[in-house]
Amino acid sequence: MIHSLFLINNAGDLFLEKHWKSVISRSVCDYFFEAREKAVEPDNVPPVIRTPHHYLINIYREKIFFVSVIQTEVPPLFVIEFLHRVAETFQDYFGECSESTIKDNVVIVYELLEEMLDNGFPLATESNILKELIRPPTILRSMVNTITGSSNVGETLPTGQLSTIPWRRAGVKYTNNEAYFDVVEEIDAILDKSGTTVFAEIQGVIDACVKLSGMPDLTLSFMNPRLLDDVSFHPCVRYKRWESERVISFVPPDGNFQLMSYHISAQNLVAIPVYVKQNISFFETGSSGRLDITVGPKQTMGKTVEGLVVTVHMPKVVLSANLNATQGTYNYDPVTKILVWDIGKLNPQKLPNLKGSLSLQSGAPKPEENPSLNIDLKIQQLAISGRLGSFISVGCDSLPAGPCDKALLLLTLF
Amino acid sequence: NLSRWGIFVAIMIARGKNASDLFPAVVKNVACKNIEVKKLVYVYLVRYAEEQQDLALLSISTFQRGLKDPNQLIRASALRVLSSIRVTIIVPIMMLAIKEAASDMSPYVRKTAAHAIPKLHSLDPEQKDQLIEVIEKLLADKTTLVAGSVVMAFEEVCPDRIDLIHKNYRKLCNLLIDVEEWGQVVIINMLTRYARTQFLNPNINVSITHMCESEPATLAKRKPYVMDPDHRLLLRNTKPLLQSRNAAVVMAVAQLYFHLAPKAEVGIIAKALVRLMRSHSEVQYVVLQNVATMSIKRRGMFEPYLKSFYIRSTDPTQIKVLKLEVLTNLANETNISTILREFQTYIKSMDKDFVAASIQAIGRCATNIGEVRDTCLNGLVQLLSNRDELVVAESVVVIKKLLQMQPEQHSDIIKHMAKLIDNIQVPMARASILWLIGEYCEHVPKIAPDVLRKMAKSFTNEEDIVKLQIINLAAKLYLTNSKQSKLLTQYVLNLAKYDQNYDIRDRARFIRQLIVPTDKSGALSKYAKKLFLALKPAPVLESPFKDRDHFQLGSLSHLLNAKAAGYQELPNWPESAPDPSVRNVEVKDSVCAERTVLTGPEGAGVLLLQTTRGSSNMQDLPKKRPKTLTKKNPLLLYLKNQKSASESESESESSESEEESEEESEEESESDTNVRKKRVRLDWNRIPCIINFDQFDMNKITSVFSQTLAPSGSIKMYELLHRIKGEGLAVEYCFSRQPFSPEPNMVAVQIQFTNNTNSETKNLHIEDPRLQSGMRIREFAEIGLQPSESVTVVMGIDFCDSTQAANFQLCTHTRKFFVSIQPPVGELMTPAFLTENDFKKEQGKLMGMNEILEKLTLGEKCVNEHVIVERVTATANLSRVPCGSDKECRFAGKTVSSGCLVLVTVTTKEGGGAQLTVNCEKMLIGTMLVKDILQALSQ
Repeated sequence: MIHSLFLINNAGDLFLEKHWKSVISRSVCDYFFEAREKAVEPDNVPPVIRTPHHYLINIYREKIFFVSVIQTEVPPLFVIEFLHRVAETFQDYFGECSESTIKDNVVIVYELLEEMLDNGFPLATESNILKELIRPPTILRSMVNTITGSSNVGETLPTGQLSTIPWRRAGVKYTNNEAYFDVVEEIDAILDKSGTTVFAEIQGVIDACVKLSGMPDLTLSFMNPRLLDDVSFHPCVRYKRWESERVISFVPPDGNFQLMSYHISAQNLVAIPVYVKQNISFFETGSSGRLDITVGPKQTMGKTVEGLVVTVHMPKVVLSANLNATQGTYNYDPVTKILVWDIGKLNPQKLPNLKGSLSLQSGAPKPEENPSLNIDLKIQQLAISGRLGSFISVGCDSLPAGPCDKALLLLTLF
Repeated sequence: NLSRWGIFVAIMIARGKNASDLFPAVVKNVACKNIEVKKLVYVYLVRYAEEQQDLALLSISTFQRGLKDPNQLIRASALRVLSSIRVTIIVPIMMLAIKEAASDMSPYVRKTAAHAIPKLHSLDPEQKDQLIEVIEKLLADKTTLVAGSVVMAFEEVCPDRIDLIHKNYRKLCNLLIDVEEWGQVVIINMLTRYARTQFLNPNINVSITHMCESEPATLAKRKPYVMDPDHRLLLRNTKPLLQSRNAAVVMAVAQLYFHLAPKAEVGIIAKALVRLMRSHSEVQYVVLQNVATMSIKRRGMFEPYLKSFYIRSTDPTQIKVLKLEVLTNLANETNISTILREFQTYIKSMDKDFVAASIQAIGRCATNIGEVRDTCLNGLVQLLSNRDELVVAESVVVIKKLLQMQPEQHSDIIKHMAKLIDNIQVPMARASILWLIGEYCEHVPKIAPDVLRKMAKSFTNEEDIVKLQIINLAAKLYLTNSKQSKLLTQYVLNLAKYDQNYDIRDRARFIRQLIVPTDKSGALSKYAKKLFLALKPAPVLESPFKDRDHFQLGSLSHLLNAKAAGYQELPNWPESAPDPSVRNVEVKDSVCAERTVLTGPEGAGVLLLQTTRGSSNMQDLPKKRPKTLTKKNPLLLYLKNQKSASESESESESSESEEESEEESEEESESDTNVRKKRVRLDWNRIPCIINFDQFDMNKITSVFSQTLAPSGSIKMYELLHRIKGEGLAVEYCFSRQPFSPEPNMVAVQIQFTNNTNSETKNLHIEDPRLQSGMRIREFAEIGLQPSESVTVVMGIDFCDSTQAANFQLCTHTRKFFVSIQPPVGELMTPAFLTENDFKKEQGKLMGMNEILEKLTLGEKCVNEHVIVERVTATANLSRVPCGSDKECRFAGKTVSSGCLVLVTVTTKEGGGAQLTVNCEKMLIGTMLVKDILQALSQ
């Protein structure tokens, strides 16, 4: 299965290698570098590269290429999914998954990789088990470790691996028993030039942070589960119960995890919360152009729109932009040709507007295509799918017994 | 400082530096106490052992010691490191260790043994036969922990030994949902291959109708297709995994359905695959490759999701190209207009590779769908005036292919393209135009010689493919219009004669011989015209994904469209099904069933049967069932059944068919966290009474389940209303210990009314209950009593697991009485069935504050185990848990309301002493229960 792993940064430096079987020379990565060069953008590197004796399967995350070496047939998604799991584990352990954090924690990284795969086959990938085996670093502990020379490796034996519910640690105890559920919904929509929706869908995830003692058995039910078009679950959720009763019943892992993701596709349901009026034009002569963008609220159901960011991918000939924003700041990067306008909060009384001129490379022909706009925004306390969220109820089949008498269940929705 | 030193070595290895000089110094730390150093030493050892074999051997004894350790985790890790050391000398030691570990008590150690098998196999393939024996043994393992790892070993060592799977097939199907994600992928892929060898093609009828329409006789002769129940089992048990969060699992199930399911059922995978398209771009890439292949075979499946394949400006190019591929495959007469509109937008993109792919996609749509060919062609011709050369070039290439299909109508387009030759520099496009003009020179008789003139001028500066086309054009013109082009052709051929490229020189020589008549010219020159101006068949624009499905989908080989090392071919369906009985597993007959009533994980009143042989019990059961049970409240039967699901299902189906017993049984395997249980739901339909509990015949039910349900023979009656106080109405109640079927988390209270007066008592009912918060009451229906009649009813009270009294008024048509029911703590629970192991495990989770220990002296009459059991079960509604030791009695139950486990252990000691242990999450209940049991035992 997975033979070796190489971590390579954006500049092409190979900064970590790990072999689970016999050692493979790092020269195998030359094939990767070749493909990387050909691809120009890091996104465009083919995930599977064929070399005379090996296959390289790679993912690109947080500006790091995780390149794994395969020798025999294996489902590519198996490897890709595993590599993403590795990246997520690093993120979980070090707060972020970047070259510097990996270099700083190289020993923990190495220990983690050692535990996650055995002979190339995944062994322990659940964060709860790994944390039992190898404690995540904290500032305090790393100080204590330097002074006393003790280690990050758990002294206790990882009993979680033996359990039939490997995602949960045994013997969890909290003084305050709490469980938080965050429902995050995203609209993914494609609009055409005139603003009509070509395609729209809602994707949602329920992130949970469960801090309950013992072995709690929770249920989560929706008032209107029929709205959920397509769901996928954390392995802790009992599929059969969902299929028969539309109730999510589970013994949660300890700490943060993504309980489920769902999809709502009914097109008429999707109300796009903002509208954008844009006019970007380039003149035939004089190598310049005009840009005028206005953003306004559409269907926000009385909630404020926050974190509004408009990104415009300009044609290559645009050299610079001289613009004036009524609200927020804009930034044009002449190298990547991306114009970012960070608006912030949307004020319905005074609509933000970005206006000004663009200067083009002289002599170059006028670009024919209209640049596409990406709009990111955030609305707190609002579920776009509407009827789904407000009726979520959480039940506790077996309340955990902690030092406090009553288990406290707090529910934060959106 | 050892630990820092270890870190240093680890960094050296991680950076790929050679640290092998340190070997002796490192290895002597192998027995070090510090765990981190120890682990790093292991890492080091495994990394360099191959280079320093002699020194590595020094460490072996440490691991051999570890293999004997009483702690399973240490045994496992010793085996893991030992088997990772790649030194051939220790092969026998490894073999021995693996064999031993394969029969270890701990499933975790057995899992590690399974992991070690491929390691040893790659180190010394000669051990294969012995390893297969170990695999065979481990395949029979019943734990989910081992299943994934051993199938992985099977796939690496002996993937062709399909015979090893037969006996384990049903078990693997049933365990599948509880295996860890990675194991699921491996098992599903293996089972796909297995099913292809063992079952018949479910679509066989469909394909036959297609093929043998002319011979209806053969069709009629064929037996109708019936799906093997094992085939169905596999499809059913994998289906829920489409909802896995792991993309690899979803893909594995999808390919299984694609390769194995009947046509009508394949559709369900589309939704799950579309979901994966919202994942990371690498995942999208792989999924789209597979969707592209699937969409050729089964277009209808993805049509509803057409819009999910629309391209976003942020997609990487490779994803865009794949999405285009899928969109093109999905295009048909109805949706082509939307798709073309979408394509028009794509052509304006800044990503040139993508634009080129879009133009090709338009071309493919045009060839596949005749109706839109002209529209597409017009659109493409417009693109010819595009400023971007790449766009134009690509359009030319596509137009060339389209024109070939119907050249007569389009001479104006050819003329237009002839003009382009001055501007277009892309060789492929130039070559295409030249070929077009040459091929259809009769349609443009005036322009063609002129183009040749221009080309002759620039011949030396052209690319090779263009040069070849110039020669072709010249030759064709020479044949059709030799008057105008004779000299030009000679000139071009002369130039080509001295070209650097031997292909071009060859071609020139060949053409000259063929077309220019000389004395020596052979027989062929007569046919020159036929050779060059033959009607060429139009090219078929095909998807590159066509026929890729002979590779197993989702595999690396499929993605690369080439066989990867170690790829196992997906076998073709067999002509006739092999013997299905090979999958039958013999089961022992002797084990009898144990039954108890408990509150299940869902808090419902369930009847749990544990049996190692399900069939006889299941068939017996309906005959035994009481006739007077309520209708809408089915008891749930949990069958902890080690027989395979398919068998139990077919059995439940057979009992279904005896419809006079009209129970509806549906079977589903339920994923439970602790144990896998088969759940059989029996619905007793024909019984008329619903809430009319006065007809509820307790005695009958009790008699059916008497051995287990009411362990204490006599049920204690309590007084609710005395005869004198009640003015002739006497009311008594008892806790019947039956599950209260309308509300499983209520305690059933059986109330007996006796009318001692001479007049009728009417409208007897409950009013105005005053309850603690959370408590609920389910009243009985109003009744009346004839003089000196006695009636029994059942009501349900949810005490919320507390011993607070439930107060209410008992009303007759004349009077009201205030009464209250206070339950003894022992009645707040219901028996739970646990095995000895489960008991220990659960007890382990309820330590510390949840455990209450009490010493006691047994009463005079408590002389033997039997009495103790009787006393405890009389005090509390618990069930006995089997126990190996005769000094210990164990009992288990769950609280009725919330289903918390209550575990009781009584350990007797010499001389009348005993120790009582109660483990319960609810401390209050635990304390009170201890008090009650103490009292009962010390009497």
